[in-house]
Amino acid sequence: MSVTMAAALNTALHDAMEMDDGVVVFGEDVGVLGGVFRITDKLQERFGGTRCFDTPLAESGIVGTAIGMAMYGYKPVVEMQFDGFTYPAFEQLVSHLAKMRNRSRGALTTPVVVRIPYGGGIGAVEHHSESPEAYFAHTAGLKVVSPGTPGDAYSLLREAVSQPDPVIFFEPKRRYWSKEEIELPIEREPFGTAVVRRAATSPGDPASAPTATLFAYGPMVRTCLDAATAAEDEGWDLEVVDLRTLVPLDVATIVDSVQRTGRAVVVHEAQVFAGYGAELAARVTESAFYHLEAPVLRVGGFDIPYPPAKLEEYFLPDVDRVLDAVERSFAF
Amino acid sequence: MSDDAVRPQGVSPNTSDDPAELLPPLEPVQLLDDDGALHDVSGFPLDLKDADHRELYRYMVLSRRADKQSINLQRQGQLGVYASLLGQEAAQVGSAYALDAQDWAFPSYREMGAALVRGVPPEAILHTFRGTWLGDHDPHEHRFGLLSIPIGTQALHAAGFAMGAKFDGADLVVASYFGDGATSEGDAHEALNFAAVFEAPCVFLVQNNQYAISVPLSQQTKAPTIAHKAVGYGMPGYRCDGNDVLATYAVMRRAVDRARQGEGPALVEAVTYRMEAHTTADDPTRYRSDDELAEWQRRDPIARYQSFLEREGILDAATREEIDAEADALAHRLRENVYDAPHGDPRELFEHVYVHPPGTYAEQRALLDRELTSREGGDA
Repeated sequence: MSVTMAAALNTALHDAMEMDDGVVVFGEDVGVLGGVFRITDKLQERFGGTRCFDTPLAESGIVGTAIGMAMYGYKPVVEMQFDGFTYPAFEQLVSHLAKMRNRSRGALTTPVVVRIPYGGGIGAVEHHSESPEAYFAHTAGLKVVSPGTPGDAYSLLREAVSQPDPVIFFEPKRRYWSKEEIELPIEREPFGTAVVRRAATSPGDPASAPTATLFAYGPMVRTCLDAATAAEDEGWDLEVVDLRTLVPLDVATIVDSVQRTGRAVVVHEAQVFAGYGAELAARVTESAFYHLEAPVLRVGGFDIPYPPAKLEEYFLPDVDRVLDAVERSFAF
Repeated sequence: MSDDAVRPQGVSPNTSDDPAELLPPLEPVQLLDDDGALHDVSGFPLDLKDADHRELYRYMVLSRRADKQSINLQRQGQLGVYASLLGQEAAQVGSAYALDAQDWAFPSYREMGAALVRGVPPEAILHTFRGTWLGDHDPHEHRFGLLSIPIGTQALHAAGFAMGAKFDGADLVVASYFGDGATSEGDAHEALNFAAVFEAPCVFLVQNNQYAISVPLSQQTKAPTIAHKAVGYGMPGYRCDGNDVLATYAVMRRAVDRARQGEGPALVEAVTYRMEAHTTADDPTRYRSDDELAEWQRRDPIARYQSFLEREGILDAATREEIDAEADALAHRLRENVYDAPHGDPRELFEHVYVHPPGTYAEQRALLDRELTSREGGDA
């Protein structure tokens, strides 16, 4: 059946709560309202007010109490209403959630899932379109995930809830209403498994089309697939790898792809400077240097604060910006 | 389904409580005066037997002795830094003694006294300050959280833990320890608010020791007292003489009992004084006077309690000597276990970050292995 990412996430939460009485969902407006994006729709009605509940409007409070509930033995899945409202919780995420197990020498685990609707492209007001994944990927102790498809949204969220480690789960809000023909439940795959969404057809054959790999996650998976389709007109043969989890990173799949195509372009919405793409570029360079026909190129937003909604189309990477980078790669 | 049915358990509209009833009297509850004479205070009955009295005294003496040894160890370069509890023994021991075995406490970094009452080996606290390891006790074993250095942040863990206990129907109260400075932090506010909204069995014990490093209470808050802040959250505020172990115990006990009976959280302000520097790295002569210190020394929590116990015939010379000997033994043991204590295997640094570590750890482990091998080779 045709399933939206929003519905897949909602079903994943429902199924996780059904499976395990310890799973509790809380945050701002997640109860009666079902969340501002309706990701928690009807969970309170189905599971009651102690399994899915609204909290006071305080992000640090949400994450901090989730840590306490996790120490008690619950598995909290909390919602930060928007990316830009995650920052009040930064200290709890970085100084406590990420470090509790290490600080207690393994005695305490805090298996909290922090869901964050993130990224732009929906014409939102200021502070509602940010991509803060690099802060958390940079923080040891956290796992960082971003699904690019409805199927992955389901399976990765189920996997996140079953993880004993804390997970920051970035939901690409511009893809909430994207659809996929799938049957739920989908079997979970372990974290650290990137997927080749579109394979280059004849990599390594000098007589055929030039090849490159586009690396993406979350909202940019769709953009890269569109770019790969458009590239056919240019006679280019592009592979698209969806990272799915930023931490842990599936280095093997990445290296394998670059070894076949010889070129890599990494694409994300976040600003390029010190962004996740820099990590990926470094990994590829360190691991597949002699297979590279060109430097790894990065495509992202500009190094500016997120622009006003009417100007976001000039900020966000699109098919043209991706193909421009591919062209530069081929020019080497 | 009715609207009520989907409301979180325990979340009811504000009750008809008269907010004025939540307010504390300005004068702290005091059961022992400065000379150690006992006064009954209505509403705060004592349920202590002679053996309990001796235990309270014992824990205070042990705390002070362990504290002194910790400062010595720091002076001798054995600890990176240490935060003394000198003067706060009654506030810590009295409050922790009001908890039952199944209850939990979430400390800041100055709670050696509360830790002792909970059975946490003081070595574990000192290993944190020595840097042997970040935390060295199992919180579940002693129902005592890790020391928390970022100010006030642990109050949210306490509130969340108490929410969990409430949802689970457990007979369990959580004590959240923090200081006067922490009451300015957003996390402390959020913890008080969450605990109140969810009617969580959490008692917030504020040791008002008058200073946040160098900043006095008068620059920390314009509230009449810290306990007055409670009314803003819809919970009762209590104020006790934190240098009076009986008053601290009785007030804390009342707050803990009502939390256990499902009446929700409370804020207890224990008015006390940090007689030592903020930490061994601090110089308090720059911000407070000798006269002020002398005034608080006159109100020493242990001397006051001792004179009460001796007058009542609860503490004889033999018992006192026994306790002093135990304190000496504890100090000796601390020194034995901490002095030049080796750190563990550096390979353990990778062990506890994740349950399932990312693959990238393999190459960093291998790098550390090579470095260790080369060091060992160099040493040979």
